[in-house]
Amino acid sequence: MSFHLILFLAFGAVCVGGAVNLLAQRHPINSALSLIAVMAALAGEYLLLGAEFVAAVQVIIYAGAVMVLFVFVIMLLNAGVEEETKGSRVAVLLGVPGILIGGVLMAWVVLQHSGTDAVPIDALPGPPTTIAQLLFHDFLLPFEVTSVLILIAIMGAVVLASKPESAAGKVD
Amino acid sequence: MNIGLLVILGVTSMGVYGVALAGWSSNNKYSLLGGLRASAQMVSYEIALGLSLVGVLIQSSSFSLRTIVEAQGGRFLGIIPRWNIFHGQFIGFFIYLMAAYAETNRIPFDLPEAETELVAGYHTEYSAMKFAMFFMAEYANMITVACLATILFFGGWNGPLFGPPLVRALLPLVWFVAKIFCFLFLYIWVRGTLPRFRYDQLMSFGWKFLLPLAIANLVVTAVAVAW
Repeated sequence: MSFHLILFLAFGAVCVGGAVNLLAQRHPINSALSLIAVMAALAGEYLLLGAEFVAAVQVIIYAGAVMVLFVFVIMLLNAGVEEETKGSRVAVLLGVPGILIGGVLMAWVVLQHSGTDAVPIDALPGPPTTIAQLLFHDFLLPFEVTSVLILIAIMGAVVLASKPESAAGKVD
Repeated sequence: MNIGLLVILGVTSMGVYGVALAGWSSNNKYSLLGGLRASAQMVSYEIALGLSLVGVLIQSSSFSLRTIVEAQGGRFLGIIPRWNIFHGQFIGFFIYLMAAYAETNRIPFDLPEAETELVAGYHTEYSAMKFAMFFMAEYANMITVACLATILFFGGWNGPLFGPPLVRALLPLVWFVAKIFCFLFLYIWVRGTLPRFRYDQLMSFGWKFLLPLAIANLVVTAVAVAW
């Protein structure tokens, strides 16, 4: 039971626990905070893989900016506690066997490959210089296209949030 | 593990949650407004902050703070120290300073906690120890900003070394603390001197002036280093 495995299991437990808590909580702000815990645990996992730049950027961007926007939305919309709804019998009839089948499939796949080695720490690019080489030299086109994609998303958001023409009446 | 500076930026990003959640959980509209404005301000100026640091990174080629400080040892012409502020990051320093003042919610960017406008903003409902924790956090943030400014732009612990070996070993610490003290002095001096920005002025300053200036600084530094 190496220390690496213990840390992996610890971060994994926080990740899964956070995800389950996200679903179980009734107030959306608690779910958002659980999601932040999931992001932080993932950053820990990346660190264990030796991808230190990705871990740092995960905290800065995902947990530090994207989740802030989620939390803003929950606060501004004053989203309240979830309302109680009666359970659906169809969901239970189809869902429970579905989960059992899915679980068995995943266990079968994992056991099929259980003989292979774990990913060694060096396998992924770790230092920022290696990642910079990959991003700006080998994968430059996908990088630039992704930024155009984000620009399109921003423009779409601006258009959706702008007032319709008819509401902007004349001032007089 | 070459990510020293990114860890600091990461922790700064997480600081936004304290303000936002404090404002919202007070369940009162002044606090909510103060909290949301403060978080929006912090998130906006984080971008300019990060970009102003990239100029330093390009010159030092490393995220590690120790490497950055060591690259600033020595002097030009025997008198001017090779600090980054004299070595091309003059504008970068001022961008960093302004963005850091906005990040720490200090005058002239402290509208979110303006006592006269928002009934003290996001920490209205907090008193005694909890209020003290907010303010300890703010001062700790100021000290961190001062430390980063000296490390990145003012040569960190570099300074004239003299005397017997024991003194020589302790003198870098003295220089570091002296520089941090100067920055804290500057923080408090500015607080006593300048009026505060209105919120829309603050946001337009951050997005329409500081961000383009930071990008221009980055481009100029990159071109200068590449040549």
